[in-house]
Amino acid sequence: MFKLQKKEIIDQSSLYTVPLIAIGCSLIFVFILFLLIGKNPILAIFIIFIEPLLSIFGLSELIVKSTPLIIIALGLSIGFRAGVWNIGAEGQYTIGALFGGAAILAFYPNNGIWILPLSFFIAIVGGILWGMIPAFFKARFNTNEILVSLMLTYVATLLLSGMVYGPLKNPDGFNFPESRLFHDSGTLPIIFPGTRAHIGFLIAIILVGLMYYLLKKHKFGYHVRVSGESPRALVFSGRSTNYMVYLSFIISGAFAGLAGVIEVSGPVGQLVPAIPVGYGFTAIIVAFLGRLNPLGIFFAGFLLALTYIGGEAAQIRLGLPNAITGVFQGVLLFSLLAAEAFTNYTISLKKIRGNI
Amino acid sequence: MSKKVLGSIIVILIIAVGFYYQFQLSEDNKVKKVGFIYVGPVTDFGWTYEHDQGRKAVVEAFGETVETTYAESVSEGPDAERAITQMARDHDLIFTTSFGYMNPTIKVAKKFKKVKFEHATGYQRADNVATYAARFYEGRHLIGLIAGGMTQTNTIGYIASFPIPEVIRGINAAYLAATSVNPTVEFKIVWVYTWFDPGKEADAAKALIDQGADIIMQHTDSAAAMTIAEEEGIYAFGQASDMIQFGPNAQLTAIIDDWAPYYVERTQALFDKTWESGDTWGGMPTGMVKLADISDDVPKVVVNLVNEAREGILSGDIHPFTGPINKQDGTAWLAEGEVASDGDLLGMDFYVEGVNGVIPN
Repeated sequence: MFKLQKKEIIDQSSLYTVPLIAIGCSLIFVFILFLLIGKNPILAIFIIFIEPLLSIFGLSELIVKSTPLIIIALGLSIGFRAGVWNIGAEGQYTIGALFGGAAILAFYPNNGIWILPLSFFIAIVGGILWGMIPAFFKARFNTNEILVSLMLTYVATLLLSGMVYGPLKNPDGFNFPESRLFHDSGTLPIIFPGTRAHIGFLIAIILVGLMYYLLKKHKFGYHVRVSGESPRALVFSGRSTNYMVYLSFIISGAFAGLAGVIEVSGPVGQLVPAIPVGYGFTAIIVAFLGRLNPLGIFFAGFLLALTYIGGEAAQIRLGLPNAITGVFQGVLLFSLLAAEAFTNYTISLKKIRGNI
Repeated sequence: MSKKVLGSIIVILIIAVGFYYQFQLSEDNKVKKVGFIYVGPVTDFGWTYEHDQGRKAVVEAFGETVETTYAESVSEGPDAERAITQMARDHDLIFTTSFGYMNPTIKVAKKFKKVKFEHATGYQRADNVATYAARFYEGRHLIGLIAGGMTQTNTIGYIASFPIPEVIRGINAAYLAATSVNPTVEFKIVWVYTWFDPGKEADAAKALIDQGADIIMQHTDSAAAMTIAEEEGIYAFGQASDMIQFGPNAQLTAIIDDWAPYYVERTQALFDKTWESGDTWGGMPTGMVKLADISDDVPKVVVNLVNEAREGILSGDIHPFTGPINKQDGTAWLAEGEVASDGDLLGMDFYVEGVNGVIPN
């Protein structure tokens, strides 16, 4: 009989070693997988994980792809630390994109530097409102926030479709489901000319710093930790458990909404039905791979973005199937959870004595 | 040796060996590189599958002188521009095979002036961006005739993807043809808002069967509806490719998109340096739209009718949209004997008279 027992003292260095071990295991797994499907494994791993880092194009696209992942994961990490499970960041992201995009379109073709900040604000409000729905039901009726937030994702997607097919449709677009392209005042400035890397990435970096400060130096971080470890202790420290539910959803909704508007005003440049592409779900992997730590999330966001971009390059250049990216991400999450279990628990083969 | 040193050595080795292979990979510059961006997986047995058949035809036609690549399941959102850019960096000709790639294709084409782009089903062109599409409504006309001649319940189920002109045109073409054979036919239309989602498509098929449909048409890409039709013992039409393996008894015929001749022709133009931007809207006469074998269950009379219509379309004598045709609200669209203009067809945003329901907006 196997028996799992929680270790009393957990080695602090596991914070860094666990993700690295998980990444190593996943690499070994895909190495074998490439061998099995008859592709040169070293070349494949090189093209997926190294090559995108060696060109301006690759780096700029990494910035583009990781920005929404990092921002959403930062927001989610607060709730996850506090034991509030927002699985519907994808929906809050979609609503942010819709609200922000609609605001930009509403001011078409006016110019002004105030258009983007205003649309950002509206998008954040949208994300928060969408997050408030599961939070309210959780706080008021104790419903399961995982289910409610997840289901609202589909509602958000349909809402976006409905708007893009209806009021926000490009009047010159032959009835095709797309909004018009945003004008210059509704488009994020580019950091490096000739690439798609936009200032949304700088916002992500600022948010990483802000989160780091809040969690380490501010009373807020203390509440978050206490809530996750012992909800009752939170009550003793003068806050209700509902306070943490609302706060978690406000923060993750706001961050996801912000990521949404950054994405539409950055690389997409218009509203299309295909705005939700799973960033809200991938961000969950990013949050855990980054150990719910702002800096960790920053690097994890980059790694996941790398798998997308490298996976695509490997498809085009080596004819690898698209599924490789998903397989790698799945194995990564699995290895991470397994490695974590091994560091936090001891496994004994002894017979279980008596009642536990 | 410490773990760190060992780890570093492995990483450096992978980088070094990777570089070595990579230089070998990029050595051959004489071949033309032709790339394809697909919206679904190449195994969808529908839309993307047929585009990939076209790619294989290019390989067959040009052999060693051409190298083809593809990226599948590229989402039409922010990822499309990156995927197209990745290809544009070292390809000569790129086919982007879904409507949602239009703006990304135009954007990338501006940056890569020497690369030729071909965008399927769009309406924006540039000096190095051509567009192409097929007159699927010609195929819809033929399957409409079969459906009208075959239905027992006088109810045809129609799984529609998105309310864009292309899809509305298909509904209208099939409806007009079906009612020309059997005026009491009614169409039940379900909008699923996806091109490829076997689960949703199967649900739609079941819902339509519950509403009395005994024949199912679809404008989505998977074979899910065909599978349901086979299970339920009713009929259906294959979409985009021959789906006979999914419905050996259920498939009456299939509208096949054959992109091979076009892809080969455009690749040839690339070699001949005669490639020019333009819009191609091919149909049955150019071989872009074909019909699979018609099932033995279809009565001889109906088969004859279909063959007659097919001959007419091939020779240009028959146009599926020939007046008199009224719009759904009763206003006149085409007068007696008048043929719809391509402009009208490309922007079609109304049902013809007799179709029930409203186009979602």
